[in-house]
Amino acid sequence: MDILANLSLGFGIALSPYTLMLAVIGCFIGTIVGALPGLGPSNGVAIMIPLTFSMGLDAVAALVLLTSIYYGAMYGGRISSILLNIPGDEPALMTTLDGYPMAKAGRAGDALVISGFASFVGAFLATIGLMLLAPILSRVAYQFGPAEYFALYLLAFSTLGGISSNNQAKAALASCIGLMIAMIGLDPNSGLPRMTGGNLHLYDGVDFLVAIVGLFAVSEIFFFIESHGKSSAVGIILGKVTVPWAEIWSTRWTMLRSSLVGFFAGVLPGAGASLGSFMTYMMEKAIAGEKGGFGTGVAKGVAAPEAGNNAAAGGALVPMLTLGVPGSGTTAVLLAVLVTLNITPGPTLFIDRPDVVWGLIASLLIANFVLLAMNVPMVKVFVKILSVPPALLLPGVTMVSFVGIYSLTGSYFDLLLVVAFGVLGYVLRKLDIPTVPVILGILLGKQMEKQLRDAMVLSDGDWTYLFSSGISIGLIVASVIGFVAPMFLRRVLKRPQAVTD
Amino acid sequence: MVRLSDRIFGLAVILVALAYIASALQIQVSFLSDPVGSKTFPIIVASVAIICAGIMILKPDEEPAWPEGWTIASILISIVLLIGYAYALKPLGFLIPTAIVAGALSYQISPRPRGAVLAGLGLSIGLFVMFKFVLDLGLVAFPKAWMV
Repeated sequence: MDILANLSLGFGIALSPYTLMLAVIGCFIGTIVGALPGLGPSNGVAIMIPLTFSMGLDAVAALVLLTSIYYGAMYGGRISSILLNIPGDEPALMTTLDGYPMAKAGRAGDALVISGFASFVGAFLATIGLMLLAPILSRVAYQFGPAEYFALYLLAFSTLGGISSNNQAKAALASCIGLMIAMIGLDPNSGLPRMTGGNLHLYDGVDFLVAIVGLFAVSEIFFFIESHGKSSAVGIILGKVTVPWAEIWSTRWTMLRSSLVGFFAGVLPGAGASLGSFMTYMMEKAIAGEKGGFGTGVAKGVAAPEAGNNAAAGGALVPMLTLGVPGSGTTAVLLAVLVTLNITPGPTLFIDRPDVVWGLIASLLIANFVLLAMNVPMVKVFVKILSVPPALLLPGVTMVSFVGIYSLTGSYFDLLLVVAFGVLGYVLRKLDIPTVPVILGILLGKQMEKQLRDAMVLSDGDWTYLFSSGISIGLIVASVIGFVAPMFLRRVLKRPQAVTD
Repeated sequence: MVRLSDRIFGLAVILVALAYIASALQIQVSFLSDPVGSKTFPIIVASVAIICAGIMILKPDEEPAWPEGWTIASILISIVLLIGYAYALKPLGFLIPTAIVAGALSYQISPRPRGAVLAGLGLSIGLFVMFKFVLDLGLVAFPKAWMV
């Protein structure tokens, strides 16, 4: 058994005390980040990246730390959904629908425990799915040439924009903004500067870490200034936390179904965890029917979206590791980490760096158990953290972001760019233009152009080469459908609004 | 209902994209170029951006709730503070700019002078200790001139 041999290699790396410690720290930070409203997995990972590099962690250690934060944040997102009716991050939105009514009915502890278990089941099954599916997909990826990669990038942009946004034009515009920023710097083929406006600081291009920190972390402070931090007051009192075994057992099929659906939603490039939790909630609501009482605070309504979004989080790692195309905002950020660490994701990663892949998978399995322990018996600790006032939290986050970038590049110009991206992020989010495609554009822009140019070199300038193989035609068709279909589906599938008091 | 925000933003995008295309046309091309060259991709992307911005102008969404009055001033002040922080971090060291900016930002979020001062001092010292001694980053505490 290949997988068992690989897993033992992975556990050999993951079980070293140092890696284990990083996983535990990552889970802890991640849960906090996820729980705090306004900080989601992407911001959390984004803020930590520069610090990780300045600490000089090696590739495996850095990845273990950051993916533990990622998984932790997916767990933590439910805490503020249930207690405050404010999703800690976007995928946790669906958890508010039944979690908050449950909490108002005095069952906050039960809701937290059930959703914690559901998160565990989802994330655990997804990690196993990742283990089984990723090596297979990486074999398929060997068939990919420049034309196929170009089509794949197209698919990532169109599905990411298509599904996660309310307006196709705005989503596509966001991708274009990212791609336009990516072109700044030296042309990889000719080595001549482009789009720099003669500014020497821009010759290296715009670092995506700068963009990520600006768009995700710094823009947040403007939102809090606008709301004067009013939104976060814990109105729900959490009593003694007990484990409602019978109720957890009654949701077993819900958890299994949701994990499966969530995982595949996560594997689709660009779809990500929000889609996972949305689809699973709607599916379970339909299965339960009128009598199920979804929306009034039932266990299944909490279990489904949590299993779904955590499974999707694991699923999103599959295309990121095997193809180098991220399935969600946070995996885009993780991809940035890999690239910066000089690790090229893609099929060769599984052959060249099995220590990275399997060490990561083993750490994720361990992190899951750590997270279950943190999120069920110790959940009260994290509830306390919710009472940190935003007036202390947000300046702190901003300063950490600045110092992170500064210690990495040592340049005041990059700090100015961080501010600029922060303002851009504020305006974009105000106008309901998604920011994740901007990041994806900055991250993938150079590669996308390179693949296009390589394809044209191979075909000697014949544009029909882009449609020359079954895989590339399939991907392009999928990307057109992925972009167009949501325009029609949006009328049918309306997002349920969050519960209001 | 004029829905100006989307239209203004769309117009701004179109202007930037046109400037971008103009700048792309000026790119120096080396004598040994591939069939696509360095100009094509930027021009395609900027053209798509113009189309999208055009759609935004023609079919704008609902107007978002923009902040008003003093809140706008608060946000502008914070932007200026952050820009100042970017310039100050190197020459003035970590502690002083961080205390001032963190305190000021804290005040913008929740206008309580005592809380803001405490937040500024606490964050400045707390983060410095964390960065310097736990994470081992090379930060300078005070302006260089004081360290003789």
